[in-house]
Amino acid sequence: MQHRLSEHPILPVPQKQDIPFYWNKQLVYAKDGEMISSALIANGISVFGHHHKDGTAQGIFCANGQCAKCTVIANGIPVKSCMTKVLPNMIVSSADGLPSIPKEVPEIEFSDIHELETEVLIIGGGPSGLAAAIQLGSHGIKTLLIDDKHELGGKLVLQTHKFFGSEEDSNAGTRGHEIGKLLAGEVSKLASVEVWINSTALYVFSDKKVGILKDGEYQIVSPKRILNAAGAREKFLRFSGNNLARIYGAGAFQTLVNRDLIRPTERLFIIGGGNVGLIAGYHALQAGIEVVGLAEAMPSCGGYKVHADKLKRLGVPIYTSHSILSANGEETVESVTIVQVDNKFQPVKGTEKSFQCDTILIAVGLDSLSEFTIEAEQAGLPVYAAGDALEIAEASSAMFNGKIAGLLIAKDCGAQVDDIPSEWYQKAEVLKSHPGKIKGYQNHESEEGVFPIIHCLQEIPCNPCTTVCPTNSIHTEDGSLMAVPLYKGSCIGCGKCLLICPGLAITLVDYRQDKEFPSVTLPYEVCNNPVSVGDSLPVVDIDGRDLGSFPVVAVQSNKTKLTQLIKLKIPRNLAKQAASFRIQSAEVSAKLDKAIIPESLADDAMICLCERVKAGEVRKLIRQGITDLNQLKAITRAGMGPCGAKTCEVLIKGLLREEGIPTTDVVPNTKRPVFIEVPLEKFPKVK
Amino acid sequence: MKSYDAIVIGAGSIGLPVALNLAQHKQKVLIIDPEHGPGQQNNKKAIGGVRATHSDYGKIQTCLRSIELMSTWHETYGDDIGWLSNGYSYPAYEEGDEQKLKDLMKIQLSFGLNIRWLSPREYDEVVPGINMKGLRGSTFSADDGSCSPLLFTSSCYFQGKKAGVEHAFGEEVIKLDVSNEQITKVITNKATYTAKTIINAAGNQARKIGALAGIDLPVFPDNHEAGITEPVARFFGPMVIDMRKRPGSANFYFYQNVEGQVVFCITPEPPILGIDNRSTSEFLPMCAKRMLEVYPRLRYLKVRRTWRGQYPMTPDGFPIVSRSAQVTNLINAVGMCGQGFMLGPGIGELVWRIYANDLNESDLRVLESFKPDRDFSGMEAFK
Repeated sequence: MQHRLSEHPILPVPQKQDIPFYWNKQLVYAKDGEMISSALIANGISVFGHHHKDGTAQGIFCANGQCAKCTVIANGIPVKSCMTKVLPNMIVSSADGLPSIPKEVPEIEFSDIHELETEVLIIGGGPSGLAAAIQLGSHGIKTLLIDDKHELGGKLVLQTHKFFGSEEDSNAGTRGHEIGKLLAGEVSKLASVEVWINSTALYVFSDKKVGILKDGEYQIVSPKRILNAAGAREKFLRFSGNNLARIYGAGAFQTLVNRDLIRPTERLFIIGGGNVGLIAGYHALQAGIEVVGLAEAMPSCGGYKVHADKLKRLGVPIYTSHSILSANGEETVESVTIVQVDNKFQPVKGTEKSFQCDTILIAVGLDSLSEFTIEAEQAGLPVYAAGDALEIAEASSAMFNGKIAGLLIAKDCGAQVDDIPSEWYQKAEVLKSHPGKIKGYQNHESEEGVFPIIHCLQEIPCNPCTTVCPTNSIHTEDGSLMAVPLYKGSCIGCGKCLLICPGLAITLVDYRQDKEFPSVTLPYEVCNNPVSVGDSLPVVDIDGRDLGSFPVVAVQSNKTKLTQLIKLKIPRNLAKQAASFRIQSAEVSAKLDKAIIPESLADDAMICLCERVKAGEVRKLIRQGITDLNQLKAITRAGMGPCGAKTCEVLIKGLLREEGIPTTDVVPNTKRPVFIEVPLEKFPKVK
Repeated sequence: MKSYDAIVIGAGSIGLPVALNLAQHKQKVLIIDPEHGPGQQNNKKAIGGVRATHSDYGKIQTCLRSIELMSTWHETYGDDIGWLSNGYSYPAYEEGDEQKLKDLMKIQLSFGLNIRWLSPREYDEVVPGINMKGLRGSTFSADDGSCSPLLFTSSCYFQGKKAGVEHAFGEEVIKLDVSNEQITKVITNKATYTAKTIINAAGNQARKIGALAGIDLPVFPDNHEAGITEPVARFFGPMVIDMRKRPGSANFYFYQNVEGQVVFCITPEPPILGIDNRSTSEFLPMCAKRMLEVYPRLRYLKVRRTWRGQYPMTPDGFPIVSRSAQVTNLINAVGMCGQGFMLGPGIGELVWRIYANDLNESDLRVLESFKPDRDFSGMEAFK
């Protein structure tokens, strides 16, 4: 299997030089500038070592330097492979058990740590941080914006889909990765804003100084104010086999696929039907990955209906009221078992289904990254938060509340800023709205002329279709951003609404040439699965139900929007129902003849992956009356590992809930520096 | 009103072993602690080193007993506390330090401590790759060791529970009723208790508890910062203590624990008095620099976590362990000066013998070092 993407429907695939290196003595190749982890995965290697506690396999997990599961030995030094670039002829080997450190080290020369003062420090260059920086910069306030990635934009960079929200406030209809570039471009024009990429904030210390690792060098910044725009972290799940290699979150997946243009899996199963899981599924399809299925524990997906519909229409089954029971395999995932859950989320025996897959993506929600806010408060530094660090919502909302935060900080710094209009706060509320009611289709009696069918039936904060129509024929029900859009007017068949709709939820029915077989235009952006004139495509309705196969009469590519418009001839009685066509066959999603059910389930699940602590061990202590996470940590080591309880804290709290402990009795973990593990040599600044 | 044979104030390094000892002798014991569980103040911040390499009879004897108890803990109780007989070393890079250490060794040897002098080459064998430039040699106490404060404390807690110790967590002692030189009531924010004997093992709060009983205990916490790295395969043996002073710091030390993690700590100079658990930006650069100067091999080790805690200091660096002369049913076991964890098991037994009026000759000699009516003008060499 080819693990590198040679083409992508949305993202450019740059030509990069091959860099030779050695993996366990075997010559392999990376691309110039690539992280070791990505290079290994591109070479089909997914087990990077074996845990020193139980000898089980480890591979990529966070892809973000937060944990240490991807540790390898590079030129004799144990490193996090997701944060370490491949160097020519590097000797890399798996970390099996505890790694050794080199016997001989080069002589050390120390130099001083660079210290810098700034009016405002923005931690995080994603949508909210950038939006705030633009405001601060346009008021001439000295601002330092830091981001731990190699490029600004945060998670926007990884988003190949067009954005929701409104065009005016959040560039709706533009693709996420392009919005990231737009905002970064604006920031780069502002003289008072300094940007540090590859810069991770390690802690806001009590002396009001922030330790930052910039390009591998430790720096100290003294800000007068901090904006925490550091985003969120993904939650993990407790299930049997959750420590297998090839189980990871959407962030890691999107980093591999959309940043590094690597196909880390052939057959993916997704847990979680929020927007993150749904979009990751779509990204997988765009990378030519088979998406075996998606399970969501709630009776319906929490993400936007248009996202779920997109997946269903392309042929990905969504199992609602289903949860993961186990990941099965020796070292890496070989199959997944899901099970139906009742209204108390308890598994229903006999409903277990297993599917063959090689990777499981966990997308079960996000937690605000609140550490920097808390640290700054404890240090007595004025601190603000925006974006996911403030409250989990869409990027469109993050951009808007980042803008508000930027203005508020500018005002605090003494800049001349008008009062923020109260409508802004209302809009900020709307933009972070969860999806609302699901309506029926608009009644289209007409079978004349040309007009759009809007398959967007759920209230979501999104309206670019209403602003793009040249004849002003699309409006939301009550004019609000949230309401569903309706068509009324005089369509000229330009297709602009099809091209801008982030949900790909508008089709165009044209009766002008043939009333019996009107042409139906469908938006499509999985062009790595190419469609040509003359193909007969299995057309489906909004829910993915088959309507029959119909011929393609035209394929129109759009260089700027990248969405293709596929025109098919479809019989009159089905034309308005046609929403898309299936690209993934039902065989991909076939379940195994017999469900695989591991023997001991609940207590087998790993609660702390770093220290290999099982749920049963923690449950036993909870039943002895221990509800202090610090004490649970002291006894079991859960939370003492490299990730700093970032993964297990949520899982332990879940277990406490399951054991009937009221939240008020639970004592949370004490958070301590440093945010990520850093080699000792970075602190005294070794030359 | 619940009554007990003994109430121990403080469920930390001292309180837990004391309570365990008393309960093992069939006493009805209650521990009161304001935290939610055992060891949640400074005990969990202990570095984990356990040495008998001190400068006086009291601490040497107490810690020799601690080492005996901790190194056999697993056999005695079945609980793994991560004991490692990795030894302690005090390398000397300056002539004066070498002389001081060698002079002290004579006293230490006379008190029964297993300590010897290693040449630079011998030292390089136990700490391979140590900076040899200017190294004059090092002391090496092979029987000293280390164990996990977290596991040891958990074991003390569970074993105490098994022996009948009751725990009042989330309770703070706010008043002690004293009449006729006796504490008659222990009043917390939640309840009132009585006991025949009260043991003050309150660590940072020792002075406050003393004041509630009308006595002045000179215990003043100062702040220290510490850190821990990722685990790696064992590459050096003993705790390394560098006694030299540098701008901003006095001594610092590090060792590799049973998990393979390097734990390190530094003593700020001048001391930072008070209780402030927030981390400063100064610690890591200062401590890391000193560590890498002495042991360059540490450079690639990743720092996992840092924290800040206190040494409840007495003016001379020695603890105060004694039955109070003014309040006769009060036993103070306080002012451990950052060595509560290593002194704890030994003090646990000692306090039982004070409690039971069963002191032996060695105890009396030990208590000479720890008596509250000393003039506090001396200075512990290994403070």
